[in-house]
Amino acid sequence: MAKYGLRTIAVAYLLFLLVLPVGLIVWRTFGDGLAPFVEALTSPSALHAFRVTLEVSLWAVVANTVFGVGAALLLVRHEFPGKRLLSAFIDLPMAVSPVVVGLALILLYGRFSPVGGQLESWGIQIIFSTPGMVLATVFVALPLVVRAVVPVLEELGDEQEQAAHTLGASRFQTFLRITLPGIRSALAYGVVLCLARSLGEYGAVAVVSGRLVDQTQTLTLFVEERFQNFDQPAAFAAATALALLAVVTLLLTRLLRPKD
Amino acid sequence: MAIEVRDVNKSFGTTPVLRDVSIDVASGSLTALLGPSGGGKSTLLRVIAGLEHPDTGTVLISGVDATRLSPQRRNVGFVFQHYAAFKHMTVYRNVAFGLEIRKRPKAEIRKRVMELLELVHLEQMADRYPSQLSGGQRQRMALARALAVEPEVLLLDEPFGALDAQVRKELRTWLRRLHDEVHVTTVFVTHDQEEAIEVADTIVVLADGAVEQVGSPADVYDNPANPFVMRFLGPVTEIGGNLVRPHDIEITADPRPGSSEATVARVVRLGFEVRVELQIGDRDAWVQVTRGVAEQLALNPGDTVNVRPNPGSRSLALTGA
Repeated sequence: MAKYGLRTIAVAYLLFLLVLPVGLIVWRTFGDGLAPFVEALTSPSALHAFRVTLEVSLWAVVANTVFGVGAALLLVRHEFPGKRLLSAFIDLPMAVSPVVVGLALILLYGRFSPVGGQLESWGIQIIFSTPGMVLATVFVALPLVVRAVVPVLEELGDEQEQAAHTLGASRFQTFLRITLPGIRSALAYGVVLCLARSLGEYGAVAVVSGRLVDQTQTLTLFVEERFQNFDQPAAFAAATALALLAVVTLLLTRLLRPKD
Repeated sequence: MAIEVRDVNKSFGTTPVLRDVSIDVASGSLTALLGPSGGGKSTLLRVIAGLEHPDTGTVLISGVDATRLSPQRRNVGFVFQHYAAFKHMTVYRNVAFGLEIRKRPKAEIRKRVMELLELVHLEQMADRYPSQLSGGQRQRMALARALAVEPEVLLLDEPFGALDAQVRKELRTWLRRLHDEVHVTTVFVTHDQEEAIEVADTIVVLADGAVEQVGSPADVYDNPANPFVMRFLGPVTEIGGNLVRPHDIEITADPRPGSSEATVARVVRLGFEVRVELQIGDRDAWVQVTRGVAEQLALNPGDTVNVRPNPGSRSLALTGA
């Protein structure tokens, strides 16, 4: 009996928390057939939001992949003073609220700060533009690649790399031929997680983007803005699209998750 | 000289691992670095390979100062205890690795790799992955991989340490034969004195980061430089303040010149040899005799016998013992 009781509670919990809300969104989206869905998503604003989201996410993923692999190599393969501090810093984005991240970026790169002002005089605008949104997204998704790669790199050990060195391979050749294939699946897993986080980021991007419709509006911001303006079909359609993206990335992570 | 190591010192933190180590390795020789674990032998091998940098001292490979050269420029072959197989590559690709890095023509690589795989008896395994091989096969693959680049010296770090006893013995004999075929200057690290004596033509005994003795296997066994080397190279026992090999002791019923009286404590028959445990005064000692000698003397616990080192055998006086 207790077994069934627990199951009922678990199912009911998930039902009210997950299944009903998402189900309702899907139902509302497709309630009037596929046409309104397609129409809502192909409006110029929606298409623009798609483009901004993809652009910001791709840059953020590239930056975090390069930094993530570099930082993981640094943390696992090298000894240096301040290593624990670096490790702690990498986890910081997990603890800091994205809104705080956005505000901090505005403080540093905003037009009225020394750094932001200087960049502005060179014609580079960070805040209320793509670079700022990329920065914010990079920040919130920072630890994902590092934390996916570090344990695998540790388990891999450095003997294969040393063997490659004695066989005449340079550091770069060793990285490409030995290290990278060794961490391949973990890296792919980290990259997909990072992509998922980047696509769905709202808080930090909302602050630094200035939410300029048709300029700095990402898909998540589009959902929120359409909803506030009583354009529920568009909001629901975009939300469903985001959810579908999430499902696809979830499936990808399942596929790519390192064995064990 | 293929390798000359001069006055090398190396510490990890405040712990010295190598202290003023100097050794010469002759071209074409097969040298064993022998010593207890923690004696610095692996570190010395890694210093020669360039995987560790000495704090002071120099390393010459084929007359060239290699002290500041990175491992990739030293042209050494290195074999690791745990194989360091490239897990994502087939046996063929593993062996071809060094040649591919050197951008040799495809046909040449193919020919050389197949030759080497034949040499290590893995020609049937070319398309397998390391995970599909046994430990012994993996180590032979690692050896072929190291030999592929025609290294000036081949360095093996406890190459058989991770294998079970049977395979280890097979590979030992095989390594000796391989060396006779290939003639590449080889240095291997081991803590097993039997392995060193059986395989090497020169043994370097290392303990506490310093060289204790260098010589041929017979030399270090028969003429150990100090009690440590004598103890490490084989069984020893103590008679009259001297360290003696237990098989170099004469055991008789009647006293002879230089013999001392002993009481038999126990007689252990181990196949063809018999181990006689003795009490000399208040000290324990033991003697290794053949079955024939033991039966002739009809030894029983409690008997009184006379023992002395074989005339002509080598013993070491223990100072302060």
